[in-house]
Amino acid sequence: MKSKTDVVIIGGGVTGCSLAYMLAKKGIDVVVAEKNYLSSGATGACGAGIRQQWSTKENTELAIKSIKIFESLSTKLGQDIELRQGGYLIAVHDAKEMRQAEKNVNMQRSLGLKVDILDSDEINDVVPVLDVKGMAAVGATFCPTDGHANPFKTTFAYANAARKKGAEIYTHTKVTDIKTINKKISAVKTGKGIIKTNTVVNAAGVWSKKIAEMVDIKLPNVPFRKEILATERLKPMFEAMVISFKDGIYFSQQEEGHIVGGIPIPREKKGYKTMPTFSFIQHMSKTLTRYVPQLKHINMLRHWTGFYDVTPDARPILGEIKELKGFIQCNGFSGHGFMLSPIVSQILSDFITDGKTSKILESLNVNRFKGKKIDHEMYVVG
Amino acid sequence: MKKSAIVCRCEDITEEEVLKAIEEGYTDLEELRKKLRIGMGPCQGRVCVQIVIKILEKKTGKKVSKISIPTSRPPIIPVPLGTLASDKDEK
Repeated sequence: MKSKTDVVIIGGGVTGCSLAYMLAKKGIDVVVAEKNYLSSGATGACGAGIRQQWSTKENTELAIKSIKIFESLSTKLGQDIELRQGGYLIAVHDAKEMRQAEKNVNMQRSLGLKVDILDSDEINDVVPVLDVKGMAAVGATFCPTDGHANPFKTTFAYANAARKKGAEIYTHTKVTDIKTINKKISAVKTGKGIIKTNTVVNAAGVWSKKIAEMVDIKLPNVPFRKEILATERLKPMFEAMVISFKDGIYFSQQEEGHIVGGIPIPREKKGYKTMPTFSFIQHMSKTLTRYVPQLKHINMLRHWTGFYDVTPDARPILGEIKELKGFIQCNGFSGHGFMLSPIVSQILSDFITDGKTSKILESLNVNRFKGKKIDHEMYVVG
Repeated sequence: MKKSAIVCRCEDITEEEVLKAIEEGYTDLEELRKKLRIGMGPCQGRVCVQIVIKILEKKTGKKVSKISIPTSRPPIIPVPLGTLASDKDEK
């Protein structure tokens, strides 16, 4: 293991690996310390979706920029990340939801995004397998450039490209302590040795809170356990990701043919336990077969747990901690880390290399929770 | 074993593909699994994982620790969604 580096990134998920790539590309000496294997946390358990339809302007802007990067990522990294832009169909169930949807669509359109508002009889033109009556939809919004990509392949592609540019990635290497001198980062202690550095990026997902505690910083993030299931492979049935904020369900058909989706666990659990529950399977299969009745005869193959690293406003925490120079946050994605990873790593790499800040970076600093009114993202699913 | 021998029947992965991925640097069993989808099919790794471990150990010369063997996910065998969604008891 190296004894000295410019930047240590804690966490080998998609964001950590993508930031390592962005920094290494700019000639920065960077190390990633991952306690398990690459994509072993939320990245590897996620629903793979990438969407631009949000209720807050900041998230929509970030997501639009993120998709732009995703679109050329396979070419740039030299590995197929299996990006498929089949769109996101957001079901709308009543007049109140429709008013909110119209407001959001207007905001999204003002940012240049193409989004359609569909009547209930237009839903099947986009996703023919849906039972519009069963799902009790009065309409939907649809953005054709939303989609999904393979989270493992994206993470590995970023990691491989980062290594080629000189980044060192240590897996099965747990960070045990962070050393500071005069309110500045000085070193990171790991199970495999100490690395001297002036900059640490906390990209440890739900474990970010624990990493911050090592330097007596309290983050407002809370770990929420989430569950997902996957069916057997099927012939291509539909291309869009289907979601509903009222039912909390989301599902899509992946490149390999599986239908993958989730729904909130009836009794939502906080904490770090990973045991899947039967109540989830029942709730999910009931709702999914209500949306797509023909799936009744399809086998469910697997069912697993992952985490949302949830902040009070469901938006990420990015940027340097005021009280500790060199301690940079990159966490709190609240279930949307995968889809935001390309743009977030670009913003943070600009800040780390040139000290370049921006309105969006300032607005996502952890300071925002101190006594100010927060603008909560309402479009959270799963 | 022939190089074209199928190691993972669910996902049609050959020994050659496993060896190629190991050469590309996927020497962690979990990363290998996530790259090739080994153990993610209906058998949940019961057929393939032991064989992949042998290939990995032979190729890298390192023992794969028991702790790193991938978790089997419920259910043990595939179950139709309609059955899971049903409230009716069998009479």
